[in-house]
Amino acid sequence: MDVEILARLQFAITIMFHYIYPPLSIGLGLILVIVEGTYIWTRNPLYMQAAKFWTKIFALTFAIGVATGIVMEFEFGTNWSSYSRYVGDVFGSALAAEGVFAFFLESGFLAILLFGWNKVGPWVHFFSTLMVCLGAHFSAIWIVVANSWMQTPAGFHIVGEGMNARAEIIDFWAMVFNPSSMQRLAHVVGGAWMAGAFLVISISGWYLLKKRYLEFAKSSLKVGLTVALIALISQAITGHLSGRVVAEHQPAKLAAMEGLYHTQKGAPLTIIGYIDRENEAFHGIEIPYLLSYLVNEDFYGEIKGLDQFPKADWPNVSLVFQTYHLMLYMWVLSLLTVIAAIHSWRKGRLFENKGLLRILVLSVIFPQIANQVGWIAAETGRYPWIVQGLLRISQGLSKTVSANQVLGSLIMFSVLYFILFILFIYLLHEKIKSGPFEKEDAAPYHHLQAYVKEN
Amino acid sequence: MTLLADLQFIWFTIFVVLLAGYAILDGFDLGVGMLHLFSKKDEDRRIMLNSIGPVWDGNEVWLVTAGGALFAGFPEVYATLCTAFYIPIMILLTGLIFRAIAIEFRSKRPMLWWRWTWDVLFSLASLIVALGLGVALGNLIRGLPLDDHREFTGDFFLLIEPYPLLIGFFTVSAFLMHGSIYVVMKTEGALHDRMRTWVNPCILCFVILYTVSSVATLIYMPHMADALRERPVFFILAVANILCIAWIPREISKGRDGFAFLCSCLNLLLLLSLYAIGSYPNVVRAINDPANLSMTIYNSSSSLLTLKILLLIAVIGVPLVIAYTFAIYWIFHGKVKLDASSY
Repeated sequence: MDVEILARLQFAITIMFHYIYPPLSIGLGLILVIVEGTYIWTRNPLYMQAAKFWTKIFALTFAIGVATGIVMEFEFGTNWSSYSRYVGDVFGSALAAEGVFAFFLESGFLAILLFGWNKVGPWVHFFSTLMVCLGAHFSAIWIVVANSWMQTPAGFHIVGEGMNARAEIIDFWAMVFNPSSMQRLAHVVGGAWMAGAFLVISISGWYLLKKRYLEFAKSSLKVGLTVALIALISQAITGHLSGRVVAEHQPAKLAAMEGLYHTQKGAPLTIIGYIDRENEAFHGIEIPYLLSYLVNEDFYGEIKGLDQFPKADWPNVSLVFQTYHLMLYMWVLSLLTVIAAIHSWRKGRLFENKGLLRILVLSVIFPQIANQVGWIAAETGRYPWIVQGLLRISQGLSKTVSANQVLGSLIMFSVLYFILFILFIYLLHEKIKSGPFEKEDAAPYHHLQAYVKEN
Repeated sequence: MTLLADLQFIWFTIFVVLLAGYAILDGFDLGVGMLHLFSKKDEDRRIMLNSIGPVWDGNEVWLVTAGGALFAGFPEVYATLCTAFYIPIMILLTGLIFRAIAIEFRSKRPMLWWRWTWDVLFSLASLIVALGLGVALGNLIRGLPLDDHREFTGDFFLLIEPYPLLIGFFTVSAFLMHGSIYVVMKTEGALHDRMRTWVNPCILCFVILYTVSSVATLIYMPHMADALRERPVFFILAVANILCIAWIPREISKGRDGFAFLCSCLNLLLLLSLYAIGSYPNVVRAINDPANLSMTIYNSSSSLLTLKILLLIAVIGVPLVIAYTFAIYWIFHGKVKLDASSY
């Protein structure tokens, strides 16, 4: 295999694994603020317990998020150094802002969140929770801005030629508010809220199924369902807005997402089906004229097909099409789950409905899949560009790193992340099993409690 | 000097400050990690672990931010170094990941084998990270062979020559000493007394390696001394550094652990300043042709506008960071006590 494939594979594996965790931190961050805010407001100790419990889950996702996130930062340089040289002037300032404004805020106040229950008052603790939540959201802002700049570059000019060409910033705010950044940011944050909310829904559902900690589970489920519903609605809106930006700025990506090979007036919206790459056609169910309407607000508007682009520059149409549609199916599935749960609860039947509760337990996976495949569609849809229209993926590679080096690190990361994932699931399971109430004998190191009291 | 040159200088200074911040903060928790296996009782290990518990995560952020600052301010340097140090960086990242999960996971289960496994991994990972960072620093002092596209032309074995390895071990000893003083400061009772007996061997080890490294640098890396010869005022820093090191055992013997720790912090800061002064204006010295191919802060920085933006980010952000770093250390000051939320 050549270096390019290996480096892409390594980046894909490391970023996909990393991306399990930050959305959970962002989503749970919001949940923590709501739960602890409710405690401050009502002084109901139930919410205090809930806040403590979700903080522990948050800490677990955050720790793995940091550990795998450091890898991402250095990978830009180790495997994509030509890209780093090219975009450093633009990309670097966003990354530095992320470090200074987001990571310090998040990691600093997390210490108080985790270890400060007995050291600071409830208001200071709540303030820390707010700061952690804010830090988590800030980290999304800067990285999505940087990625959006790669999709729709703005606010820069090119200096130098050939090997030495690089992008230099000329307008910071034009770079930050590039054509796709705000829509995509809203969409990413919505996806993160879904990830956090459905984790809460799933764990609460499990307790309800097992008939344990019922009061706690009901109050958490209520918060989870509310956040999930809001996020789901916002995802539809921000998804539509993002789609229109893609249509305007990355027509090849849109064509691949919709399996549209031929430029067409009154293009249909594809629902489900498969791509026949031999004959360059889509087979399946579609709604006539709807794509043209969604993009142009005109049923007969023209949509560019892949035939407008050189064949060598086509993305992997099947991959982009299927991942994009899988994201949509996951959204529908999530929405149906939430509506069913709310409806059943209002009818007073939810807690007896074992089938539905099992679906709630399973539902944690829906937004995870949606987040992963959504990003796959967004990133592979940009092929062959690493920076849309400016720099090709093959031009972004490190020149002096050999295939063997990348293969070695790829194997290392695969093994390491595999172990890490098993550990994460194991510990999550342990935390869920031991439940939200801290009993002396329920603490995992209860046999050491004797020492603790001596001190 | 032009505005651009001023900003390049300022941003280089900020980068060094971030590195020094990292060395001072993560230095002690790497040191505590390396000392971890030396205490035998599980309770002692938990106390040591919890002495860094609330802060290690935040300390690591200094490395992330220093990396970000390098990427933003000197993208060329960042790109060259990351590819040159490909294998060391991968080892370093493995170490950091193992450290993070070992800290998170060791106390989660009561089984002896579980705890021992994570304890060994924690200590080993701390050692690897400290050694790796030191070796990288050693390579920066010596310089790297570069071609005229600023690509590294050496191989892995060049990176682990005796001099960089020596600086690696020197860094390990500095962090060991730093960590041992920190543990003494944060513990009480029998553990505290036992820890106290470890400090002097750590100091001795550091002083020996400090002497050897200094002599080796003067003999084999004469360009580092040139800077001091050209600007003799910086000799003050070297003298201050030696005084600072001499002060540490004095404060320890008088039982003023906090002052000893401050001296150790100052020591790390001065060491990094001396490195920065010695290599200035080079960031990556080209050993094959230092005069023409070296990457200096003036020929490999970002554009004027980016440096202005970065300065603004730093002016707003860094005081905030320092303020709440202090606040958090203040909240968690004093001796470690285990409770239900401990590791």
